[in-house]
Amino acid sequence: MSRELVLHEIRRAIAGAAGLRGRSQLPQRPQPPSYGDRRIDRFTERLEAHACSWEAIGGLDELPARVLAWLEQRGLARRMAVAPPLMELPWPEGVHRHAGAAGIDESVAVSLAFAGIAESGSLVMYSGPNSPITHNFVPEFHLVAIRDEDVSDSQEGIWAKVRAHGGMPRALNLIAGPSRTGDVEQTIQLGAHGPRQVHVLLVRAKGVTS
Amino acid sequence: MKALPGSFDSRAEAALADPSLQKALANFKPLFVAKRAAAVAELPEFERLRDAAAGIKDAVLCELDVWLERYADKVESLGGKVHFAKDAEAAREIIRDICRKAGARTVCKGKSMVSEEIGLNEVLEEDGYRVVETDLGEYIIQLAKEPPSHIIAPAIHKTREQVADLFAQNHPGRPREDSVAGLVNEARHALRERFFQSDVGITGGNFLIAETGTSVIVTNEGNGDLTQTLSRIHVVTSGIERVIPTLDDLSVFLRLLARSATGQDTECYTTLSTGPRRPGDVDGPEEYHVVLVDNGRSKMLAGRFRDMLRCIRCGACMNHCPVYGAVGGHAYGWVYPGPMGSILTPLFNGLAETYDLPNACTLNGRCQSVCPVRIPLTDLIRTMRNEQVKAGLMPASQRRMMAAWGWVARQPGLYRALERLGSRMMRLRAGRRGALSSLPGAGAWTEGRDLPAPAGPTFIDQWKSRGREQ
Amino acid sequence: MSQAKRPRVGLLATCLMNVFRPNIGFSAVDLLRAAGCEVAVPDSQTCCGQPAYSAGDDELAGRMARQLIEQFEGYDCLVSPSGSCVGTVRKYPQLLAGDAQWAPRAEALAARSFELLSFLVDVRQVDIQARYPGRATYHDSCSGLRQLGVKRQPRELLSKVDGLELTEMEDAEVCCGFGGSFCVKYPKISEKMVDDKLRSIGASGADTLLGGDLGCLMNMAGRLKRIGSKVRVWHTAEVLAGRTDGAAIGEEESR
Repeated sequence: MSRELVLHEIRRAIAGAAGLRGRSQLPQRPQPPSYGDRRIDRFTERLEAHACSWEAIGGLDELPARVLAWLEQRGLARRMAVAPPLMELPWPEGVHRHAGAAGIDESVAVSLAFAGIAESGSLVMYSGPNSPITHNFVPEFHLVAIRDEDVSDSQEGIWAKVRAHGGMPRALNLIAGPSRTGDVEQTIQLGAHGPRQVHVLLVRAKGVTS
Repeated sequence: MKALPGSFDSRAEAALADPSLQKALANFKPLFVAKRAAAVAELPEFERLRDAAAGIKDAVLCELDVWLERYADKVESLGGKVHFAKDAEAAREIIRDICRKAGARTVCKGKSMVSEEIGLNEVLEEDGYRVVETDLGEYIIQLAKEPPSHIIAPAIHKTREQVADLFAQNHPGRPREDSVAGLVNEARHALRERFFQSDVGITGGNFLIAETGTSVIVTNEGNGDLTQTLSRIHVVTSGIERVIPTLDDLSVFLRLLARSATGQDTECYTTLSTGPRRPGDVDGPEEYHVVLVDNGRSKMLAGRFRDMLRCIRCGACMNHCPVYGAVGGHAYGWVYPGPMGSILTPLFNGLAETYDLPNACTLNGRCQSVCPVRIPLTDLIRTMRNEQVKAGLMPASQRRMMAAWGWVARQPGLYRALERLGSRMMRLRAGRRGALSSLPGAGAWTEGRDLPAPAGPTFIDQWKSRGREQ
Repeated sequence: MSQAKRPRVGLLATCLMNVFRPNIGFSAVDLLRAAGCEVAVPDSQTCCGQPAYSAGDDELAGRMARQLIEQFEGYDCLVSPSGSCVGTVRKYPQLLAGDAQWAPRAEALAARSFELLSFLVDVRQVDIQARYPGRATYHDSCSGLRQLGVKRQPRELLSKVDGLELTEMEDAEVCCGFGGSFCVKYPKISEKMVDDKLRSIGASGADTLLGGDLGCLMNMAGRLKRIGSKVRVWHTAEVLAGRTDGAAIGEEESR
């Protein structure tokens, strides 16, 4: 069996280097960063550094109106893929929305982030029935709601949260801004294969329940 | 992948004479160096992260079998399948078999250096699959029918004009685009449908996490995500050395990787994939396979090049290599160019066939000084030369010269006399000009530069004649 | 090493310096004496073995190492005006690691071996009394820079030279394309690299190029001469010792 064959070769090589197996002490890792009161400021600074736009909202119930205003400013149709937990928000009549996988012509998706990372300004998407993976990558415009209490200082905070949440989903996506490429003459160009724009709706915790 | 035709010398000479390539290299060189330096300067703990990253890799390598088993068992407990391939052929067969059983037609690929290493595209195309590289750089060189010239920026040798020509030839019915934005957009449109048609999506794996059975890729374009999410089957190709213990260890590497590679604080997309789609999921692949490739890596574990197994394929060494900067990646002749390639290629493809690679290096140490996992690249390149000497590969003429010099250098009186003679002859020839524009036996030097002539009798002779005072 | 004691320094007269540029040797002697050292030049010395070591011929390099250890271990320290030669001596412990008799001797010598310019700042102090009217730029030779950490020391010393203005070039830390036998094995690549270096030198506006390793300086001086440049090239020790009356490296004597 090929697994045993390869492992056998590895074991033989390790045994051939005297004392190697004894040197398997893992080192101390440097402390992850922590930002104290500046956590959210750091997060929004890094969002901007990665070419995300963002706005603060008072609660998820404000989300439909803000999303529609954002679309209208850009002359985009009221048609979108929406994360299931956001489907039942007070959307007005005439907004075409679905909760399935994003299709090839999908223009807009509205998602709810599992968490955020202040260190890098990343949005963390935890795939599952409530968060289709295609919503993050197929549409041209990705609007992401995130509750400010879900923003961790560092990646390490996310890993703890993932472990507490029942472990890894099929896909855990850390997203720092719209898709980009530097493959033509090292000139950074946004909108390579994924979204051209990422807009973050930061839900401030001020007692408004969602 | 097969080695490129010609010798290192002939490929390097062609590279130096290629104005488009030189233009592309001149554009790329200062950029990556400056961006990395700026990114590193913003992170005070960068040096400690390098220590930790090297330490984690070393610890894992000491018990690689244990960590791989833990990783593989975890993947399989979550419904994935792990395949071990002892060499390139075995890896190709595993993937061909997956494609065959899937009844695949279209195979999309995210960037994967291991798939280049094992020469995957050629065999899949022979089998009749439509193989589509989706990373923009890889897509460009696929159209150009060329191998990558850089491990993270595969089309770095192409100018915008050359990309525009390629697209114009390959995308009939579209007006020619000349701007970067236009070209990127054109590729987006060309590849969009392919993603949705893809049966098998093949990506690399930057890290494999034993704790969770997770494979990790980092990209900027999102192509790797579309590849692995929209295909029915996701295949990860990775070297056996890529396993790390935990998610917290991953953070150490993620803080180093983007900064070292492109000078970003993080790449746009960091994707952690664990098994196939779950019950209730509306998207994601139905099958998840991981192909772990040995292909000579286990042999490196016991030997003098074990440190090389720490490599995370960031490309910083080639970005900082002045020889790479002069001749580009294709001169090195295989998938891994620059300093890391000058060590890996001889190990993978044989010392004799790759004689020039470790020799075409000034041992300047810049690569080693930027390696995020502290691989002593310069020392290893020199060690590779020692392996060549031990294998009797040093050319006979050089061996004879070295032996003669070594003998003379151990007879101080004779050495002095020859230095004296050489000094006198060169001074005679130079007259008062101070330099020689040619000298028999020194043609390789004087071809491009004058040879400054000795300025008076040798130091030791003068020192003695002045009675050790002056 | 305290300033009070007068250490006995063995000067490693590198092969290139010995043949091509004796002035560097005398400059080194002046500077070491000014720093309160007693200087000796062991006349049985030949070569540190760098060509063999770099070529991967560890057998021969080991023999050269043993010879040099014997010649220099009687001195308080070894000093040389070359980062790459001292860098080679610092590799001796690794080279002779398998030899129980020689490894400790290699360790002992390596620990007492110094590149001249860093020695004059980090180990001893020296009063610089020199004048050089000109605008100089400094090339950081790779071995000195990355193996031995020579970077700030030459600049600190040069700042004390009367009339000398130091102007940094872009990519001062990038290899000039010398690389020992590299430049004759791969002359075309080397030429491209030295041309890049010359562009940086030109852009700095300097009329003088300084460095700490003669191999690199000969490479750059040779190329400068070939293209007809008027930039003068000196080893830093020559400038610090005030021995700049004669011709610079590769320059006509009439000057």
